[in-house]
Amino acid sequence: MKLAIIFWGIPQAMRLCARLFPKFAERLKERDVIAQFQLRDKPMGRWIQLQDGRLTTGSGIHHQPDFTIFFKNEKIAASFLTPPFDHLERIDAAKNFKLTMQGPDDLIVWFMHLLASMESYTWTIGTDVGNGITRYTNGTNGGPIFVYVKNGKILRTTPMDLDASDADSYTIRARGKEFRPPRKTTLAAHGQCQKSMVYSKNRILKPLKRVDFDPDGERNIQNRGKSEFVEISWEEALDIVSGEIKRCKRAGPGAIAVANGSHHQWGNLGHYLSAFNRFWNLIGVTKLMHSPDSWEGWFWGAQHHWGNSMRLGAAEPYGTVEDCLKEAELMVFWSSDPDATYGFEGTHRRQWAKELGIKMVHIDPYLNHTAAHLGGKWISPKPGTDTAFAQALTYVWITEDTYDKQFVEQRTTGFDEWKAHVLGEDDGVPKTPEWQEQETGIPARDCRALAREWASRKTYLGAGGWGCGLGGACRGPTGAQWARMMTILAAMQGIGKPGSNLGNLQFGAPVDMNFYFPGYAEGSMSGDLAYSANSTNNYQRMPHIVTMNSVKQVIPRMWLPEAIMGTPKLGYVTAVDSVVGQFFPIGYPSPGHVPVEMIYKYGSSSLGTQVDSNRWINMYQHENLKFVVNQSVWMEGETRFADVILPACTVFERWDLGEWYNVGPGYVHHMYSMNNHRVISLQHKCIEPLGESKSDYDIFLAIAERLDLGAVYSEGGNSELEWCRRAYESSDAAKDMSWRKFLKKGYYVVPPEPEGSRAPTGLRWFYEGRKKDVPEPYPLPSDFVEKYAEGLQTPSGKYEFVPTTLKRFEDPERPAVNKYLRTFENRENEPEIAAKYPLQLLTPHSRYPFHLMGDDEGCFLRDIREHRVKVGDHYYLTARLSREDADERNIQDDDLIRLWNDRGSVVCAAQVTDRLRPGVISAPTASAEYRPAGEPGKSTDLGGCVNILNPSKPITTKSHGIRPNTTLIQVEKWTGEDTWQPVEAA
Amino acid sequence: MTDKWNMIVDVERCNNCRACFLAVKDEHTGNEFPGYAAEQPAMGHNWLDIERKERGTYPIVDAHFMPVMCNHCDDAPCIKAAKNGAVRKRDDGIVIIDPIKSKGQKEIVDACPYGAVSWNEEKQIPQAWIFDAHLLDEGWEQTRAEQCCPTGVFRSLKVDDGEMQRLQKAESLEVLQPELGTRPRVYYKNLHLMTHCFVGGSVVTVRDGVEECAEGAAVVLTQNGNEIARATTDTFGEFKLDKLPANSGAYQIEVNGQASASFDLAEESIYLGVLKLA
Repeated sequence: MKLAIIFWGIPQAMRLCARLFPKFAERLKERDVIAQFQLRDKPMGRWIQLQDGRLTTGSGIHHQPDFTIFFKNEKIAASFLTPPFDHLERIDAAKNFKLTMQGPDDLIVWFMHLLASMESYTWTIGTDVGNGITRYTNGTNGGPIFVYVKNGKILRTTPMDLDASDADSYTIRARGKEFRPPRKTTLAAHGQCQKSMVYSKNRILKPLKRVDFDPDGERNIQNRGKSEFVEISWEEALDIVSGEIKRCKRAGPGAIAVANGSHHQWGNLGHYLSAFNRFWNLIGVTKLMHSPDSWEGWFWGAQHHWGNSMRLGAAEPYGTVEDCLKEAELMVFWSSDPDATYGFEGTHRRQWAKELGIKMVHIDPYLNHTAAHLGGKWISPKPGTDTAFAQALTYVWITEDTYDKQFVEQRTTGFDEWKAHVLGEDDGVPKTPEWQEQETGIPARDCRALAREWASRKTYLGAGGWGCGLGGACRGPTGAQWARMMTILAAMQGIGKPGSNLGNLQFGAPVDMNFYFPGYAEGSMSGDLAYSANSTNNYQRMPHIVTMNSVKQVIPRMWLPEAIMGTPKLGYVTAVDSVVGQFFPIGYPSPGHVPVEMIYKYGSSSLGTQVDSNRWINMYQHENLKFVVNQSVWMEGETRFADVILPACTVFERWDLGEWYNVGPGYVHHMYSMNNHRVISLQHKCIEPLGESKSDYDIFLAIAERLDLGAVYSEGGNSELEWCRRAYESSDAAKDMSWRKFLKKGYYVVPPEPEGSRAPTGLRWFYEGRKKDVPEPYPLPSDFVEKYAEGLQTPSGKYEFVPTTLKRFEDPERPAVNKYLRTFENRENEPEIAAKYPLQLLTPHSRYPFHLMGDDEGCFLRDIREHRVKVGDHYYLTARLSREDADERNIQDDDLIRLWNDRGSVVCAAQVTDRLRPGVISAPTASAEYRPAGEPGKSTDLGGCVNILNPSKPITTKSHGIRPNTTLIQVEKWTGEDTWQPVEAA
Repeated sequence: MTDKWNMIVDVERCNNCRACFLAVKDEHTGNEFPGYAAEQPAMGHNWLDIERKERGTYPIVDAHFMPVMCNHCDDAPCIKAAKNGAVRKRDDGIVIIDPIKSKGQKEIVDACPYGAVSWNEEKQIPQAWIFDAHLLDEGWEQTRAEQCCPTGVFRSLKVDDGEMQRLQKAESLEVLQPELGTRPRVYYKNLHLMTHCFVGGSVVTVRDGVEECAEGAAVVLTQNGNEIARATTDTFGEFKLDKLPANSGAYQIEVNGQASASFDLAEESIYLGVLKLA
C-alpha cells in the first residue's frame, strides 16, 4: 500500500473508532496534541491534531508539531504502520534508528498507545454467564481461577472446571488399573482467598509520605518504622522518587539499590523479572544476589555429586510419576511435605499410590501434612541429624552387601573412599545404626529395618518438597550434608533403575513437555538476557528490545543490612550455568562504584522472610540510607520503614497472563509437570484498580516518563494488554486458539502427551549407559566431559561419591567426603547457648499464606486456626510445640507464648501437638505483620515474624545460603510485659 | 418420593487444605443473597469449619480433619426455636434461616446442638451454611465445597430419602450425634477416625544380642477374654488396632504368646510403647 494512503488511513481509523466506541472518543479528550509522522529522506508527512477531543488532520509537514516520529524512508514507514504488525521489524527500526522521535516522551507514549489500543475496542473480554455476571480468568501462586464479577466487584473466585471443549486428560495404566485426574484445577489456600486479599483492610490506596520526611531538608531517618504517613498526590510522589533517582545517579554508579522478594503475584508481565527488571536496567542499579532460597542444600551441596546445576542441584523429574506408580514398592518421603506448599495436583497421584498399596515411610521431625494424609511409618529424627541416619542406612547396605554394586562400579567414582568413611576406617567411627541413635534419637532397630526394606524393594526416595529436591531439611545448618546424602542413597540403590529414583509423585506428570508457553522466569518483556531465562526461547519468540544494567555492583540479599550499615560480608555468586560458578566471591562496594544511598523496595516481605530480621530494621534506621521507597499492594510489616510508599494494585486490577506453575528454564524447567493439566490463563483485568493504586508496569512507566525513558520502557507505547497479546502470540497456544477466543474464554488447556511419546524416565539413560534423552537443555553443551549428551555434569561424567569439585575448593563445612557435622547451635558446639535455649526451632514455609501473601488483616486465611488464633482483638501466629514441652511449661492450646533467644523475641499462640518430637517447636515464616511491643527492632514482636530468631550465618562458610532451621530458643507463657532486650544493648 | 439434597463427607480424604472453608467465606463475604443469606462478616464467621483430631502419642500418631457445618436436619431444633417461621425447611431438604425474619433471634444460635449457627453481631441475625441453595437454584450441580475440594471429600447429591438410606447402609455412613434425633442431611464416612480410638505398639525381638523390629508377629486384642481384633506387625514391628470406642474399659494385648500388655482405654488412643518378645 502506498504510504500516503496509510498516513491518511490513520486519522480515518481514529474517527471511525471514536464514532463506534464512546470510550475511545473519551480518550481523545485526554490530551491536546499535534502529532506528526514524517519521512527523513524526503518532505513527506502527515499531522494529526487533537483538541478537546476533536480530530483534524492534514497531509504534509506541520510547522509546529508537539512531536514528530521520523521514518528513514517510505518503505520503513509503510512496514511500521501496516497491520498486522511485525514486531521484529518494528524493533529493528527502533533500535537501528530507522525510526526516531522528537518531542515530549510522555506525549509520544500516550499517542502511540492510543493508536495501538484501537483494535482492543472490538474485543469481547470474558464470558457472560447471565444475571449481569461476567466470568473472567486469572492466575495465582496457588493455581488458575475463574473470577465472577458483577457491577465492577469480584463476586466469587473458584478453581476451573474443565469442560468438553477443553483438551483431554492423561491416562496412566499401572498394575492393571487406569488412573485419570479429575477434570478440574486445584487451588492452594492462598489461591482460594484472593478475593479477601483484593479487598483487604491493609490495601494501600494512595501514595503516602512519611510525615517527618523532607527530601530537601530533615529526613529523620531514625524515625523510619515509627512515624505516621500522610497521603500525597501521585504527582508529588513521582516527583520525589524521580528526583531522588536523579540525585543518586549523580552520586555515582550503584547508589540506588533495588530489592525484591523471591516471588510476586502470578503472571509473566508484572513479575519482578519482567516489568521491574526492564525498568531498573534502564536506570542502572545495584541489584541483590538472591541465594537459591529453598534449594540451599541442593545448590551448595548436592550438585557437586551429580551436576544438575541448572536445576539448582535437584534431580531430573521426567517420567517419575508413571515409573513410580507402575514399579515402586516403597516410597520414602524424607523431609518431604508436598501437600504443604504446592497445591494438590500431586495429592491425587499419591492417593493412587496408596490405592495401589505402595508402602510409605515419612522421615521428618514433624508428622507433616502429607504424612498425616497418607499414613505410613513416621520416623522423627532430631532436627539437623538426618545425615547421621542416612549414613547408618548406607552402613547397613555396605555391611549386608545390599547396594547396587553393578551401578556403583560402572557409573560412579569414589565409592571406596566413601565406604571407608562409613566403616570408620578414616576416623575410627563406624556409622552404625547404634551410632546414629545417639545423634538422631531414632532406635537403631528402625534404622536397620528401613535399610533392609529399602534394599529389598524398588524404592522411590521423595527428598524435599518436590521429591527430587527443594525445601525441608536442605534449609538448615546441615542442609548441604543432608541433600548430599540423598544423592548418595539414591546412587547406592542404582538411580534410574525401574522403580528406583527420586520423586514423590509431585513432579513429572505425563504432560506435553515440548509445547511452548513462556514461564515467568523467561522475563517476558524485560529484555534482560543476563539475569533471566529470556534468551532461551522468549527473546526469539517475542522479539523485544534488550535491556542491560550498566551497574556491576551486587549485594548478597541476606547481607543487605550489613552492606548498608558499613560492615559488608563476602557473598558467593548464585551461578546456575556451571557447578563451580558458586565458588566466585562477590564483595561490596565494588570497584569504581559508590555505596548505596537509596533502596527501592518491591513488596514488603523482608521482616517475615529474612533471617535475623531485626537487622533489617537497624538498616532502615541507619544514617547511610538516605532514601527508601516501598512499592507494595498491602501495608505490611516492612512497608512502613519507608519514606515514600507507592500503591500497587493486585493482579485482578491489571492485565497479565501466565501458565500454571510454569517458571521456565533457568531453575525449574518443566515445573508445570507438577500439574495434571497444563493450563494457560489470561489474567483478565477483572476490575478497575482500587483507590489510586496502579499496576507495577504503569508505576514504572510514570517514573520513566519523568526521565524521558517512557518510550524506551514501553517500547513505543505498549500497554500491558498489548504485551499480553505479544506474549500469547509468541507461544504455541496461539496456533490452536486465536487471541480473540483466548480473550473471551480466558484459558487454554494443552493436550496431554500421547502414551507413546511421553518423556522418558529421568536418569534411566544414565543407569543404562546411554546418551541423555530427557527433554531438558541441561547442562550447557560445554559441561559434558567428552561427547555431547554423555554422562553427568561432573568432572568425571559419573556420579561422584567424593566430588572432585569440592576437592578443588576449601570450605570447612563442605568436606569432599560428606561427613556428618553436628549443627552449630547445640550442646557440643555452643554449650552456653544450649544452656539458655534448650528447644530447637523449625521455621518451615506455611501451607496457608504463600510465604506471607494472604496473611494481611482482613484476609480469610487468618481465621484458619492452624495459621493464626485470635486472642483478644489480635490474630497471633500459631506455633506448634510437643505435648511434653507444653506440659513442662504449663502451656495449653491457644495460650500466648513467647519464643526468644539473643536475637529476638516473638509472641505466638500455642498449638499443642503429638505430631512433633519433644524438644522441637515449629512456627512458619508466614507473618506479613510486624508489631513491636516497644521500640522497633529492640523489643518483642507480637506479629509473628519468627525469622527474627534465626541466625544470619551462612549454611557453609563459603556460601550465602541461609540456615534457618534448628535454631535454639526458649519458650514461656507470655506475661504481657515485654522484658526482652537485644543482647548487645543489654 | 421427592429428591432432596444430602451431603456425604469422607473424613479420611480430608487433609485440612481449607479450600472449602475459604470457598464458603469467598461466597458470602461482601455478597448478599436476598432470601437466602445476608452478608457474612469479614472475619470470625466459619459457617463451614474444620475440626481437628490427633490420636496417639509419639511415635505412633495420626491426625484427621472433619468439615462441619449446618446439618440441614429434618427435625431441626432451630426451626422449633424460631419465631415467625424465621427458619424454614425447603422441599428439597435445605434449611434456610431467613435473613430478615430472623433478626434479633439469638435463640436460633443457641438451639443448634452442633454449634453450626453463628451470630452476626452487626446485623443481629443468626447465620449458617445454606448448602449453596442460591447456586443450586440457579442450576449449579454441586456445592462450592465439593467443586473446590482437591481430594474428593464431598459428595453433594440430590436423591430421595429411600436411596439415601440405602447409601447410608451400603457405605457405612454416620451422622453426628444421632442420639439427638435431629436427623441430619450431612453424612460422614470414616467418622471413627474422629470419634474412636486405636491402640498401637512396637514389637521388638533380640537376635544375636541385637534388638530388631519384630515383623510378622501376631497381635491379639481381647476384652474380658473375648477377642476383639487381631493384627500382624509390619516391617517396623508396629501394630495399630483401630475403631475402639472411647472409655471402653480394660483390654489385654498378647503378641505371639511371648509378650503381653494391659490397658484401660479412656478418652484417647494409646501407644503401648515397646513390647519385647521373650
